[in-house]
Amino acid sequence: MAEAFSRWGAVWRRNALVWRKSARTALLGGFAEPLFYLFALGYGLGSFIGQLDGFSYLGFLAAGIISTSAMNAATFEGLYLAYTRMEVLRTWDGMLAAPLDISDVVMGEILWMGTKSFISAGLILVVTAAFGFTAHWTALGVLPVAFIAGLCFGSLALLVTSFARSYDFFVYYITLAVTPMVLLSGVFFPLASLPEPLRLGMACLPLYHVVEVVRPLAAGRLGVDLLWHLAVPSAYAAVTAMMAIWRFRRRLLQ
Amino acid sequence: MVDGISFAIGRGEFCGILGPNGAGKTTTLKMLVGNAPPSAGKLWVMGFSIPAQARAMRRKIGIVPQSDNLDPDFSVVENLAVYGRYFGLSGREVRARIPELLKLAALEDKADARISQLSGGMKRRLSIVRALINRPELLILDEPTTGLDPQIRQNLWKLLRHLQKEGLTIILTTHYMDEAERLCQRIILMDHGRVLADQSPQALIRDSIESHVLEVHGSDLDHWVGEAPVPERIRCERIGESLFFYGERLDCLVASLDEWNGLNYAYRPANLEDVFLKLTGRELRDG
Repeated sequence: MAEAFSRWGAVWRRNALVWRKSARTALLGGFAEPLFYLFALGYGLGSFIGQLDGFSYLGFLAAGIISTSAMNAATFEGLYLAYTRMEVLRTWDGMLAAPLDISDVVMGEILWMGTKSFISAGLILVVTAAFGFTAHWTALGVLPVAFIAGLCFGSLALLVTSFARSYDFFVYYITLAVTPMVLLSGVFFPLASLPEPLRLGMACLPLYHVVEVVRPLAAGRLGVDLLWHLAVPSAYAAVTAMMAIWRFRRRLLQ
Repeated sequence: MVDGISFAIGRGEFCGILGPNGAGKTTTLKMLVGNAPPSAGKLWVMGFSIPAQARAMRRKIGIVPQSDNLDPDFSVVENLAVYGRYFGLSGREVRARIPELLKLAALEDKADARISQLSGGMKRRLSIVRALINRPELLILDEPTTGLDPQIRQNLWKLLRHLQKEGLTIILTTHYMDEAERLCQRIILMDHGRVLADQSPQALIRDSIESHVLEVHGSDLDHWVGEAPVPERIRCERIGESLFFYGERLDCLVASLDEWNGLNYAYRPANLEDVFLKLTGRELRDG
């Protein structure tokens, strides 16, 4: 296991070093945009809404934005950047010529995607904490949750990438999966306002459960149900990671 | 695709795998390194059973891909350092190895250059020494000089010859016959997924084709050939606008050519390219 971790770590490290080189630009994109949403909607709509489920609207929305940005960071990495490494730069070929195999490459990539989500959520958390939207110390628990969310959405994105023949293919996933999840997972408003079938549908998808863990954690409300919610993205991560490994084996080794 | 190929390469050999496009060269290499599981048969590389022990085997070999996949985000040194980590080498081991590799590739003054600042030949040399980061015993190169100009190719040949002298076993694919003839002690000629020949270049030429070739082209070709004293049992082929004669002694034909001003000719010993064309046929492969 320690050996496997060191192989995954080599892949992780390569991505981390590349990221560090352009971190400033990358941070601006991944960090400023969600904050614009948070402040624009939070102040704009918040004044009409007041309290929601016992949270101030800004506090409610902050948890949603943190969860969404964790998802987006890993999704972008797993779709566009991973595809570039696989097909354009052929970085993966180089790794497969070394003593790494497909599972090492995929696991290293997924761990890196978890890290991207961790960084992304962490930066927003700093700002929201500074403004007092996520004041409780348990909000630190959001960071490992964001990491797990990154593993989950990174694995899903890689699974999509394993079928992609060009960048255009990703539009399907973004439009048909990511956008509905962002709009209907309790990021901007509670799920209770949705019709029953839609609510059940969204409860099968991971983003809703990430939000349901992040929101109470950020506000200092702990409970056993958080673990149940956390189990959903964890299970998604485990299953889709295995599927992605299987798919890339079929795609790249023939 | 390959179909029932079988060969064994000894330690220290410089072996070339030749064949037209689609002959199965790249598939063979992919199988050797464990990235294309064979559907049947047995395969050992350096004592490791492939693909089962491919990862352990890849620790001891170096692979140079057909097209460079250097990391454009990294400098020359960073490329080597990151690649070394894929082999589980520590930062210290890699740092100790890098100066030797830069020297070997004559890239000492490019250590901190970005990949986009390197010429094609420099990139190729970097790709080759990157594959040496783990001190491999076997180096596998897939068409290492394709698309490079003659000076760069000469320069790479020198590097590869030097590496073999140092004790490295080398396998390369190529479709440059001059490259194979100069570098390789042994040629595995493939076509349609099968091995057609497996010999030294000299033996291959001696055994597969007549010793001399006369190549004639020009406007008077048809006139001349009508009158020419073509001896019995001389093999002749028309390819495009040229006639090729193959034989042990073609002097009489050569003598008859001097009277014809509208003809150009070349009389030479047969080479690997003649063998290649004879054994793999002359039809165009676009696959």
